[in-house]
Amino acid sequence: MSDQERCKAGDWVEVESILLEPADRSKNLPPDTAAQPLRMWVKGFAQADAVVGEELTVQTVTGRIVGGALSEINPGYFHTFGKPIPELVHVGTDLRERLAAYRAGKAGV
Amino acid sequence: MATRFDQIMSRRGEIMRRALGMDYSKFERSPIAFDYEGMMGDHGYSLDDIKRIQTEAGVGDTPLLELRNITDLARSMSAAGMGARIFVKDEAANLAGAFKDRRASVSIHVAKEKGYEGVIAATSGNYGAAVSSQAARYGLKCIICQETFDSRHIGQPEIIEKSRICEAYGAEVIQMTVGPELFFHMVELLDQTGYFAASLYSSFGVSGIETLGLEIANEMRALTGAPPTVCMITHAGGGNTTGTARGLKRAGATETQIVSASVDLSGLHMASDHDFNRKSFTTGHTGFGVPFATWPDRADVPRNAARPLRYIDRYLTVTQGEVFYITEAMSKLEGLERGPAGNTAMTAAVSLARELPREATLVVQETEYTGAGKHHWAQLNFAREMGVEVRLGDPAENKPGTVIVIPERPEQIQAKDFDLDRMRRSYIRNAVKAAPADYEPSAADIEFLAADTNIDTETAARLVREVKEA
Repeated sequence: MSDQERCKAGDWVEVESILLEPADRSKNLPPDTAAQPLRMWVKGFAQADAVVGEELTVQTVTGRIVGGALSEINPGYFHTFGKPIPELVHVGTDLRERLAAYRAGKAGV
Repeated sequence: MATRFDQIMSRRGEIMRRALGMDYSKFERSPIAFDYEGMMGDHGYSLDDIKRIQTEAGVGDTPLLELRNITDLARSMSAAGMGARIFVKDEAANLAGAFKDRRASVSIHVAKEKGYEGVIAATSGNYGAAVSSQAARYGLKCIICQETFDSRHIGQPEIIEKSRICEAYGAEVIQMTVGPELFFHMVELLDQTGYFAASLYSSFGVSGIETLGLEIANEMRALTGAPPTVCMITHAGGGNTTGTARGLKRAGATETQIVSASVDLSGLHMASDHDFNRKSFTTGHTGFGVPFATWPDRADVPRNAARPLRYIDRYLTVTQGEVFYITEAMSKLEGLERGPAGNTAMTAAVSLARELPREATLVVQETEYTGAGKHHWAQLNFAREMGVEVRLGDPAENKPGTVIVIPERPEQIQAKDFDLDRMRRSYIRNAVKAAPADYEPSAADIEFLAADTNIDTETAARLVREVKEA
């Protein structure tokens, strides 16, 4: 088993649990949401060795002890800006030209 | 049998009373009316006190910038003699990158003074970053409950970034799937931990925004000789509108018109698992703006300090595509790369400036930080991944969740008026319905409803009669 699937006690990890089953949820939900359980992910320091998917407790940064299935070890963030948006790439040059024209007294398009 | 949800929610009043350190029942006057100003002043802080608290917290006194290029852009599309001067209060310059720092600073100050060990807030927005940052400065523990993912564990990049920044400031972030039970878990955690409820809607938080209105009035007096003709406010839960407008009034800027603006998200359900990742905005939208204005007391406190109908003179909506266009324009023309949601009011301002004379001044009262995920490119790339079409065209064809239409030309940016009278009627209906069915509203109730919706008492009395008869 690779290290990525097994954590040691003290590792920074994330656990997943179900907070409310569909039957226990608020009665005021649209059907697509009502059909789903309310799930929760919490990060903390593993209190034991575990394999991904195994039940584990973690100690969070506030000191709470929270249980759940080990979902990630050393979880990171990979959000980005992505590629330029083709529909927006001309906005800058278009508007600078427009301003130059307006200021030169040739207002409007 | 009562579920865990029901059990916690039935004890909610008692838990919140301890967690807010404030008994709201003393402000209640009847099943409809309460003493709003009494509640707002109960913390005992003057505006000078709040200013001092914020200075110590590293919050406020952000730059007020004149946007000469955006102004000329609006003038290039205006009739002769028209096109107001546009200014912006660069609230992104606050510690955690948004005006929300003003709110958080007062809440954290109160939590510290009252001796709480930690604070909890339920928010997927900039407020989480603000509370986390202030809690770090004052050595308080902090838990942020976030609605982060749909049922497939996919999250909007903007909310993922909010998770990251809260953790960067040392908060425990609880990420959840879609659903209003976020608040249920917050209440459960308040009960479990004994922490302070750093609610967005307490009088502490909303009082903290009043300094923004005060700064705008004073800085505009120094720059132009008078408070602004119009203050444009991005509107979601109503705190921004309420706090800024109160601050302007307290600074004597009673003539300044309060114009709020939201991104139109009509057609999308805010609690829908499917719609969750097709909004392309996490705040500043009608999905919060309309329900919170028409029933403020749906919030996590017994009485909401954010009561925007008291102050709004005009409510405008803009489309998603228009806001993304103006966000790009702000970078390219003004050197201000800021987050898209905070540019909602800016987008409406470019449209509104064309209706105002050149002598008029228009202050857009906030910006917010930007970065990976929390950026218009990230939002548009993600929208495409979620199956939302992105194309150039007439913004009138924009349909939230289905197609985002980027304007081809700036002339196409046209903010639309939202019917404020409809919102007032809806608020009064909700207020009357919240009271027992056989309760007959008194003259004092009518006066309260008139003040809470900024209408005269005759109109309020007529609207109450209509609701009762319906």
